[in-house]
Amino acid sequence: MKPFKLIVVGGSAGSLQVILNFLAAIPSGFPLPILIVLHRNGLFESSLHELFSSRTTVPVKEVEEKEMAAPGTVYICPADYHVLLEKDHTFSLDYSERVNYSRPSIDVTFRSAADSFGDGLISLLLSGGNADGVEGLEYIKAKGGVVVVQDPVTADVPFMPQQAVLKGNVDYIVPAVEIPAFILGLSGFPRP
Amino acid sequence: MKNSIMESSPIQYEELEILLNDLFNLYGYDFTEYSKASMQRRVQRLFLVDKFPSFAEFRHRLQHDPQYFRRFVEEITVNVTEMLRDPSFYRTLRTSILPILATYPFIRIWHAGCSTGEEVYSVAILLKEAGLLHKSLLYGTDINPLVIEKARKGIFPISQMQKYSENYILSGGLKDFSSYYAANYHLAKFDSSLMEKMIFSTHNLVSDFSFNEFQLILCRNVLIYFERDLQSKVFKLFDYSLENFGYLALGSKESLRFSPIADRYRQVGKEKIWRKVHEAV
Repeated sequence: MKPFKLIVVGGSAGSLQVILNFLAAIPSGFPLPILIVLHRNGLFESSLHELFSSRTTVPVKEVEEKEMAAPGTVYICPADYHVLLEKDHTFSLDYSERVNYSRPSIDVTFRSAADSFGDGLISLLLSGGNADGVEGLEYIKAKGGVVVVQDPVTADVPFMPQQAVLKGNVDYIVPAVEIPAFILGLSGFPRP
Repeated sequence: MKNSIMESSPIQYEELEILLNDLFNLYGYDFTEYSKASMQRRVQRLFLVDKFPSFAEFRHRLQHDPQYFRRFVEEITVNVTEMLRDPSFYRTLRTSILPILATYPFIRIWHAGCSTGEEVYSVAILLKEAGLLHKSLLYGTDINPLVIEKARKGIFPISQMQKYSENYILSGGLKDFSSYYAANYHLAKFDSSLMEKMIFSTHNLVSDFSFNEFQLILCRNVLIYFERDLQSKVFKLFDYSLENFGYLALGSKESLRFSPIADRYRQVGKEKIWRKVHEAV
């Protein structure tokens, strides 16, 4: 099996705590970049970076355009921009129309990541109240990436992961508490 | 299920490159240094919307139908914009930049990649409130002729006005924003006194040259669609088109930092505004 190149995480309402628990579990020296697409209110903006940084020992930064995705770094999508991935593993920002009423949109990033990373991609869709990300997961699956979904039973807002499960094309359905260890294990890293 | 997914991914990277080379050779429009991820997304969308059965037919149509190529340009360029976007940026224009521009006998401003013109109207309002519009000229350019036509009309959806009014107040505006437009059904037509000082024209940042010297150039959320090398070329074009001590304004996530002209520019405060402090040697 080819080694993975990127983990991409999509979350909306109710996903913050799961993301924080995942971040807390990432050991320093972790080999993959992690990109987080989180729907949120723009007002929440500046505190998100601080919040994430406070929970993990690995570097956290907002995506900068044309920046190379670096190993062991957590990237946050800037508010009001879509984040795309280029073939050379750099990020591009995009200020085109909202998708699923969202910018950043999880679908947009998932599709672009699948186009550029193919089977080198691990994707994770978490709690949320709309279906953004569901179509993107199907696309990731079609391109050979691994698809992990939070078990809807353990989601604060189950709609988003539920839709993904209903569509099929999901590799793993994982309860919230097990997500950190599961993703690290999948990445080929020793479980904490 | 698999089929529907494949259908929604019709244009592969390799095909995109073939297409972009065609367009350059046939029409002289060079999109080859645009960011590929964004370009692919836009081209895929157009392919789906226009229901082409195959890449070959899409390519054939583009090669042989100049009208369709025009549609291509209109559809693949991103035309999302709003008035007074990032109010703190406009607040800085009001408080830090316009007072300095006021000292010039004549003010020339270039909005590069202005899309439907909302930003040009925003700056015109600021100039008017600073008592500078009468001695200013605002050039709005874009690669897409359709948006330039819209910009000339100064008519925007009324549904946006509440948001723009909020932006206006946050930017330090003290008037009633609705005094700048006449509402007619679902449209807002902006005051013709604002438009008198605007010149709109098509201009391609990739291939066209400098056409004047400016004290302020705004190019916000355009460079994000370009690859680094093309960004550098465009920065040089702006540098060449900017008077010494003139200002260059970029989008909230864009930077001059990695550009070849960076060492001759100083950032103004926290906003994405740089001042040219030396001429090129």
